[in-house]
Amino acid sequence: MTQIQSPTGAPHARILGVGGYRPSRVVTNEQICEMIDSSDEWIRTRTGIEERRWASAEETVGVMSLAAAGKALAAAGVEPEQLGCVVISTVTHLAQTPSLAVDVANQLGAKNAAAFDISAACAGFCHGLALAQDMIRGGSAEYVLVIGVERLSDLTDVTDRSTAFIFGDGAGAAVVGPSQTPGIGPVVWGADGAQLDAIGQTFTWDALRERPELGFPALRMAGQQVFRWASYQMVPVAKKALERAGITAEQLDAFIPHQANNRITDAMIRALKLPEHVPVARDIAKQGNTSAASIPLAMERMLEEGEAPHGGVALLIGFGAGLVYAAQVVVLP
Amino acid sequence: MATQEEVLAGLAEIVNEVAGIEESDVQLDKSFTGDLDVDSLTMVEVVVAAEEKFDVKIPDDEVKNLNTVGDAVNYILAHSS
Repeated sequence: MTQIQSPTGAPHARILGVGGYRPSRVVTNEQICEMIDSSDEWIRTRTGIEERRWASAEETVGVMSLAAAGKALAAAGVEPEQLGCVVISTVTHLAQTPSLAVDVANQLGAKNAAAFDISAACAGFCHGLALAQDMIRGGSAEYVLVIGVERLSDLTDVTDRSTAFIFGDGAGAAVVGPSQTPGIGPVVWGADGAQLDAIGQTFTWDALRERPELGFPALRMAGQQVFRWASYQMVPVAKKALERAGITAEQLDAFIPHQANNRITDAMIRALKLPEHVPVARDIAKQGNTSAASIPLAMERMLEEGEAPHGGVALLIGFGAGLVYAAQVVVLP
Repeated sequence: MATQEEVLAGLAEIVNEVAGIEESDVQLDKSFTGDLDVDSLTMVEVVVAAEEKFDVKIPDDEVKNLNTVGDAVNYILAHSS
């Protein structure tokens, strides 16, 4: 019987560098309230958002991805040619095919990389990290670039009182590579399709074929339903990620949840009994909810501002449309 | 089986804990949003705490029907096991 060889990878994987791109245009709550009947105070108390960034026409998902990737590669000390795979999580690359990742890999000069997009909404970055870790440990790639990028402003109905103030644009990237010591804990992930309708598009693209008068779709969300799910159902997921990594909340150097809403973050902190000495990501205040980009953007800010230590241990948890979720403990680059 | 008074007192405790509102202000005729200034997200927190306290399920679709404290008390009385 003929035998084939099986791949062998590195013993462990870790994040080697992180980088973000924040679009140039600042949109204040006052500007949002010119389009909806709301107030700065209303938005702040319900979300923690003070302002968000909306991309200009030139700041495409490709441009933002390249900028974030360049920073992450430089921070990691990895050359584009060394990348074995580029994974991009986005729900706002508005072309069915080809993928954004192929374009970005090409423009980066990552000529040895496989490239593909994934769709896991606000949990996309954590899904990407899990894939990267498995590729590196499984021997499919030595270095993997994971990018979360969104232009949610393209899918925002600026007259919808329940969502207009939430979303923002941006990109965050991480270079993941081989390690002799554990740098990414076991992922705890899943999908709850029973809540398919909780977050989604107002209508699918093919509806436009029959009814072009519908115009452009937007994101819609059942706010209370999502708030309840995220605030209460995600806590056991976070606890399991800690448990599977073999650490306690006490040992964390940072908590970096998806920046969905500060009220969700607050509820999680209470339910997790997170000790006060653990710094918590609050990037949402200046960035809004940037879906797949929010965790790497928040990680970059915490490291830059010295809020979280390089080499420290952080709990990440992403959750969003699907509903889907993924959590893992990582060593910060 | 809890009485209306007991459910009201328990609910007032929850509203106080979650939203910092005086327990004595939580009366049957008070509306959560209008009178007590409980916003939609705080309402979810109240509902989840009430589910636990009274061993009752309050689905998302029902939450929007609970306008007054009385609505919530009646729902809990009718559905708690």
